[in-house]
Amino acid sequence: MSREQILNAAVMLALVAFPLWAWAADEPFLITLTTKAAILALAGVGLNIALGLGGLVSLGHAAFFGIGGYAMGVLASHAQLYDPILESPFLIEGTKSMPIIWLVAITASGLAALAIGALSLRTSGVYFIMITLAFGQMLYFFAISWPAYGGEDGLSIYARNDFPGLNTLDPIQFYIIVLALLAAVLLLTSRLAKSPFGLALNAARQSPVRVETVGISPYRLRLIAFTISGMITGLAGALFADLNRFVSPTMLSWQTSGEIMVFVIIGGVARLFGPVVGAMLFILLEHLLGGLSDYWHVYLGVLLLLIVLFARGGVIGSLAGRGKAHD
Amino acid sequence: MTEPILQTIGITKSFGALQASQDISIDLRPGEIHALIGPNGAGKSTLIKQIAGGLRPDAGQVLFRGEDVTPLGTAERARRGLARTFQISALAMEDTVLQNALLGAMGAGGTAFRFFRPALAQRDLRAVAENALELVGLSAHAATPTFELSHGQRRQLEVAVALTLAPKAFVMDEPMAGLGFEGSKNLTNFLDRLRDTAPILLVEHDMDAVFALADRVSVLVYGRIIATGTVEEIRNDPDVRVAYLGEDA
Repeated sequence: MSREQILNAAVMLALVAFPLWAWAADEPFLITLTTKAAILALAGVGLNIALGLGGLVSLGHAAFFGIGGYAMGVLASHAQLYDPILESPFLIEGTKSMPIIWLVAITASGLAALAIGALSLRTSGVYFIMITLAFGQMLYFFAISWPAYGGEDGLSIYARNDFPGLNTLDPIQFYIIVLALLAAVLLLTSRLAKSPFGLALNAARQSPVRVETVGISPYRLRLIAFTISGMITGLAGALFADLNRFVSPTMLSWQTSGEIMVFVIIGGVARLFGPVVGAMLFILLEHLLGGLSDYWHVYLGVLLLLIVLFARGGVIGSLAGRGKAHD
Repeated sequence: MTEPILQTIGITKSFGALQASQDISIDLRPGEIHALIGPNGAGKSTLIKQIAGGLRPDAGQVLFRGEDVTPLGTAERARRGLARTFQISALAMEDTVLQNALLGAMGAGGTAFRFFRPALAQRDLRAVAENALELVGLSAHAATPTFELSHGQRRQLEVAVALTLAPKAFVMDEPMAGLGFEGSKNLTNFLDRLRDTAPILLVEHDMDAVFALADRVSVLVYGRIIATGTVEEIRNDPDVRVAYLGEDA
């Protein structure tokens, strides 16, 4: 096992052990805190496919996070009011069932990523950053000015949605759902990175002409990567909204995009567990420093600066050494 | 006369006032090495780009195996069996030698859009990639990260990646550039045998290599082909001597 694999295993172990300890010690707040970290990690894992593997610096991932959130909000708010979303030409009712909500969130954010990607990926570099940012902000202002679902005030859901066989209001049971999803997505992502698609995507980041001269279209590779990336971040958005039982346009704002990117950079770009470590550290800092000062972001800024200047591989890179061309 | 595999008919391209390609018609026949020479700025790279697909000509056609490929992009031409190598190595430097070769195998097999099984575990792809590395003599370096390769080895890897496409024609942009004497000699011997696999359109500055390898030579000067012929004919062509080899050559 490489050092990185040992480190990944340790992180996974901590994600299992710490909430179990908190549960035994009757500290539900700590479980909720870990749940938040795991959900944000999932959003980061999504972004990391575009950013790490594909080299696509997207400043618009809040769009997918928010679409996932609103998918949950819209479905659940209709369900709790027993008010169908659509009556004619056919009936669409709201739902409180998590698996259906996830499916809708993934589909909606995937379609949005496909559309946004299809346009944005015609540009590159700083233009790509700007155009993804612009799409994100478009959705943000749309959500603010759309009164049907709360507009600027957002949308509250009275009770957490249901999962068959579990009591989702119990923090540890909701955490188990989130952790299972995170683990499944991490597994799929690790397979994806080593698959022919992952290999080609990674090569397109390093040398697009190379990929083109062997008959593979870099645009197609990137569009698929961007779509998968958006779907995962959308799923995280639905879970985040469920955790808070609240959706608001803030989820769609560019600060959210920035925060997701910060998780990836702190933990390590293109590292499988980079966003997980990044999100955990972010939540830890927010919890510890947030108590000391309202301006705790200053310390976060300093940390980010140090990482970008001295540890390009993020925390994982510093601890596990530089990324080897994967075996 | 045998049907040419690759052919340009009256290719014309200008950038503003600069006529980079003027009515260029050349062809590449089975089993031959056709060298394209010319002084710096003659428009060799522009011509190669139009043939390989990176640049659309203003007028004229590119025919590949009888098909008009002028409207097609680089990737589509590559899938039809047109393999290109670059003047400056365009390899995925962080990846291993084998991974670079696998990339070619994936492109050729149309299997780049497999998402789950590890690429290195796919026997069909691996066989193609390993065979190509064997041919260029890079088998021992399969697991080496590409950035650790010497300049000459990178050149060999470029050729190996091209080979994985099971190409019907090669377009090589200065493969000898930056190689030492020994390296050029080895690559010359290798290309000499490679022409039986597929014909090569060879852009090259190294005259020893060109005269040793080429069945035919075309001379490009200021965007115009001034002569095409055997090595002997080109050596004795008065226009070529004036324009390119230097009057007293």
